[in-house]
Amino acid sequence: MEHIRTPKVEQVRLLDRFSNKSTSGTLHLTATHLIFVESNADGAQEIWILHHHIGSVEKLSLTTSGCPLVIQCRNFRVVHFVVQRERDCHDIYSSLLRLLRPVSYEELYAFSYNPKQNEQQREEGWQLIDLGAEFERMGVPCDQWQLTDVNRNYKICETYPRDLYVPITASKPIIVGSSKFRSKGRFPVLTYFYQEKKAAVCRCSQPLSGFSARCLEDESMLQAISKANHNSRFVYVMDTRPKLNAMANRAAGKGYENEDNYSNIRFQFVGIENIHVMRTSLQKLLEVVGTRSLSVNDYLLGLESSGWLRHVKAVVDAAIFLTKAVTVEGASVLVHCSDGWDRTAQVCSLGALLMDPFYRTIKGFMVLIEKDWISFGHKFADRCDQLDGDPKEVSPVFTQFLECVWQLTEQFPQAFEFNEWLLLQIHEHVHSCQYGNFLANNQRRREELQLKDRTHSLWAFLLSEGQNYLNPAYCHTYADSHPVLEPSTLPCHLKFWRNMYHQFDRSMHPSNRQLEDTIMKLEARLQKHGISPPPQTPRPPKDQRTLLNHTRPHSLILGAPLSLKEAQHQEEVGEEAKKCCSDTERTVEGSSGSERKESYGDLQGTYGANVEPAVVSLEFGVARMTC
Amino acid sequence: MEFSEHIKTANVEDVVLRRPFHPPMQGTLCVTGHHLLFSNRDGDSSRLVLLLLRNIDAIEKSVENLLGYSSLFSSTGQSQRPSVSSGTITLKCKDLCVLQLDIPGMEECLNIARSIEYLSSLDIVSDMYPFFYRPLKLSLQDQWGLSSPEQNYAQMEELQDRWRLSHVNKDYSVCPSYPPAVIVPHSIDDETLVKVAKFRQGGRFPVLCYYHRKNGMVIMRSSQPLTGANRKRCREDELLLQAVIDGSGLGYIIDTRSNQQAQQARMTGGGFESKSSYSCWKRLHRQLERGKVLQESLIKLVEACGDHSHSVDRWLSKLENSKWLSHVHTALATAGLLAECVERDGHSVLVHGSEGTDATLLVSSLAQLILDPNTRTLDGFLGLLEREWLLAGHPFQHRCAHSAYSHARLRLEAPVFVLLLDCVWQLARQFPLAMGFSEPLLLRLAREVYASDYGTFLCNSDQERCAAGVKERTHCLFQFLLKPSEREHYSNPLYEPTELAIWPSIQPQSLQLWRGLFLRWTQHAVHLEKAQEELRNLVIECRGAS
Repeated sequence: MEHIRTPKVEQVRLLDRFSNKSTSGTLHLTATHLIFVESNADGAQEIWILHHHIGSVEKLSLTTSGCPLVIQCRNFRVVHFVVQRERDCHDIYSSLLRLLRPVSYEELYAFSYNPKQNEQQREEGWQLIDLGAEFERMGVPCDQWQLTDVNRNYKICETYPRDLYVPITASKPIIVGSSKFRSKGRFPVLTYFYQEKKAAVCRCSQPLSGFSARCLEDESMLQAISKANHNSRFVYVMDTRPKLNAMANRAAGKGYENEDNYSNIRFQFVGIENIHVMRTSLQKLLEVVGTRSLSVNDYLLGLESSGWLRHVKAVVDAAIFLTKAVTVEGASVLVHCSDGWDRTAQVCSLGALLMDPFYRTIKGFMVLIEKDWISFGHKFADRCDQLDGDPKEVSPVFTQFLECVWQLTEQFPQAFEFNEWLLLQIHEHVHSCQYGNFLANNQRRREELQLKDRTHSLWAFLLSEGQNYLNPAYCHTYADSHPVLEPSTLPCHLKFWRNMYHQFDRSMHPSNRQLEDTIMKLEARLQKHGISPPPQTPRPPKDQRTLLNHTRPHSLILGAPLSLKEAQHQEEVGEEAKKCCSDTERTVEGSSGSERKESYGDLQGTYGANVEPAVVSLEFGVARMTC
Repeated sequence: MEFSEHIKTANVEDVVLRRPFHPPMQGTLCVTGHHLLFSNRDGDSSRLVLLLLRNIDAIEKSVENLLGYSSLFSSTGQSQRPSVSSGTITLKCKDLCVLQLDIPGMEECLNIARSIEYLSSLDIVSDMYPFFYRPLKLSLQDQWGLSSPEQNYAQMEELQDRWRLSHVNKDYSVCPSYPPAVIVPHSIDDETLVKVAKFRQGGRFPVLCYYHRKNGMVIMRSSQPLTGANRKRCREDELLLQAVIDGSGLGYIIDTRSNQQAQQARMTGGGFESKSSYSCWKRLHRQLERGKVLQESLIKLVEACGDHSHSVDRWLSKLENSKWLSHVHTALATAGLLAECVERDGHSVLVHGSEGTDATLLVSSLAQLILDPNTRTLDGFLGLLEREWLLAGHPFQHRCAHSAYSHARLRLEAPVFVLLLDCVWQLARQFPLAMGFSEPLLLRLAREVYASDYGTFLCNSDQERCAAGVKERTHCLFQFLLKPSEREHYSNPLYEPTELAIWPSIQPQSLQLWRGLFLRWTQHAVHLEKAQEELRNLVIECRGAS
């Protein structure tokens, strides 16, 4: 609280990023949120921005209308305020600067967030996802794979979970030896078991091979993985990095497996770029799509030059390779990158999603994230910039994974139980720090922070309103006919994910009340014959509203792929446009000299009678009329 | 005329047909005057594939025992050819499907290729298939067309005090590309219209095409005025336009050419409405591409979609290079502007380019879809197409003679109508509840406009259609699509009528490639189509139950 100098500023204007529309209202600064309340009497809109969501704040130079403040959020919301007095603007600016750079975990919202649950509910929430049960579901432990307690105290590898599954023939000395030969001690462990062919997907980090070093225990470890699968005489080793990067690592004493030293491996590079390339690529993409009056050509060229879809394709391609090796050849695969917590997590989890229909259900998808991302130590704190840290460690690796999943849901509309909205919600909360699940970089740290005792679980919240995330096109029998998904990665099948990167841009998602009526009607109809529509969620308590009120697509049952989904993109009413048209800056075709600022409303009444030149602002173009 | 003289080989056995989504099939190929018939007898079951020759856009042949020659013509993806003398014909269709026929016997192959070449590009209207198509369930006595200008006029009572139906063009003498009856301001008599027609290219004088009930404003369309280099004026033309805005005092003219193009048009006798002569009209220029540029854009787009290389960069740059989405963008933006002038700004608009038969119709019909809920039903949309495209004289025969694969020299081809369908698809995608018709309807129209069993899209104008006896001797596609059996399939089960205007988002991020049309024949399209179908059934089921 001590950081907040000005809790409330009035007469602040909010400019639309893509049009000349603007609204005015009051800005409130609380300990957790920045809130903008439109001053419009009825149907006033509120925008709640959680401090953790703010990626950057920028104060632009003073203009005649006030002092502009541009806030970029990690959920890709960009807001542009104009504050009348510079002093107010500066106060908010400096408060935010401090508030959005928490230095310790305890400052994060999750530790103060209280959704009015009792202790028992909270604890139950944390028990909803059980990874032990998940490995059991896969059929592990079994005659070839066992649970090992070597990492019981996080002694062998502090970024791995406590419970790890290894081949039964991998003895403790082999494990210890192998872990010493792997970057950060991340030795090969099981992450997915394809029961049908007894083929395993294992993950690890790069070997410390340098130019010539070898490690017999590590070689035995791979041998053990190979032996655990009778279907195939060899193991694929997938290095998800570009070959050049892997080779460069050799100079630093790291590198990749030498096929001569390991018997029965097939080594393969798949060429996914590193976190820095991905960060830059997304930045470029956002720059392009954030441009005002972007032409179609510049958009397509920008999409191309950002390389983002190329990277998305590379990740999906790698997952397809993994899936084919396991399901078609019945071979086990060991996946790694450098440290085995970014690209490896992407490829293993996407591969599992393609192979196993369970992960395409709501619960299964949570299990998948819990397993491959949270428990295996994807560095959420660093990658999502939860604490004030090294900006070079920040990277949209998880966002990219969600996008890959979205691309799949677009290609297989019936295969997924969940809709796009679940992906957006997960993305929202990975950055919100409102729930404990994604805090910190690994399980060990999470236990130190006692997150399960002090915070709430996102999974419980999402499951409690699971109906909002149901994909109406989901077909339960689809999994029987298509147990393994074979997506196309032809470039023409990859799309720009507008609802992720423009979720908050109103001008791209016109909406109106009429649509909501329609939805209510449809819901009522569905209810009549027992297809349960999502419940009408009551207005949430204030501190939750940021998540429910503004990020929810207007359509809930229509939140599905295919044509249904675009319902959220319904009619923009003339009225709304009129309202928004007020007070706009206008460029005028062929105009010379001074322009009068005129509100649309004024104009209508006086048109025809007025002999003064009048200016009309048209959303689709700009015209000037002279009477 | 006898088709048989062009069919040297009518039957060939043991032909292999390869087409998307199906395993290769062996069977008998038969050439008739209008079709390729492929039948395959597999035990008891026999399968029949019927291809309208008119649908074939390009044909490529390669013959096996002419060494060197074959490599010139060999198309991709044919590795194993029969060893003895044989040939392969690749058929690229106007619906963008590509088929391949492996034909034993070089002679037969060449004969068939020659027949296809000739018969697929007949240019006498009365030789075309619609004149021979006689399905059992349709009768030539059925009504042809959905409505007439008279009926349209009669339905709009509210405009009748200021607007009248003129029969000045009843024998097509004033404007050959207009229907016999048009709606014009009440105060303008037929004599004046005749004079105005002389001042407008092709006689296309300004006529009413849409009346906005909310505020009484209208959309007019015409061709360019023939002002020429010495800035000729026409009193009557000015009077007519003045009568349009009588009372409101102001109007917009949306010229679908750039300012510069409009200026240049004066050199060839055309021109634009100058400020000095039309002081109450404000001109807005929005450059819409037409003709060759548009056709080439389609060719490039289809080429890009057929390139199955795995480079994302290459795909995006080809897509960009085709400029197709830019054309979609411009069309929607201009239509939005037009609709905005009428609805939000409350003024009447005249829209024209040069001939007023292409971009003009595109913009005026899209604006009507945005503004008028009646045009968004299945019946209303087909009615709109009839009014704004068929009766308004879009030269379909010229524009749709060839599609994206043809090697023929481009003449008057331009995919303006396909562009319209694409724009409508974008609207429907953005407003999935607002349209009463479905994507399959748009796809069907995109196919029928190039090759059809029905006479609807034959000829270039109403006059030509009457002269050729189209209305008496062919069946009407629109009537057919509205039959109960078809209606179901082409309706949108999610349809919820709304009285509001639907303002599309025209940000590039909101526009998408129309996969249903352009990527229809890729392997991937199958399960998407299936999913769509199942989803549709689900919705219909839900609706039925409630």
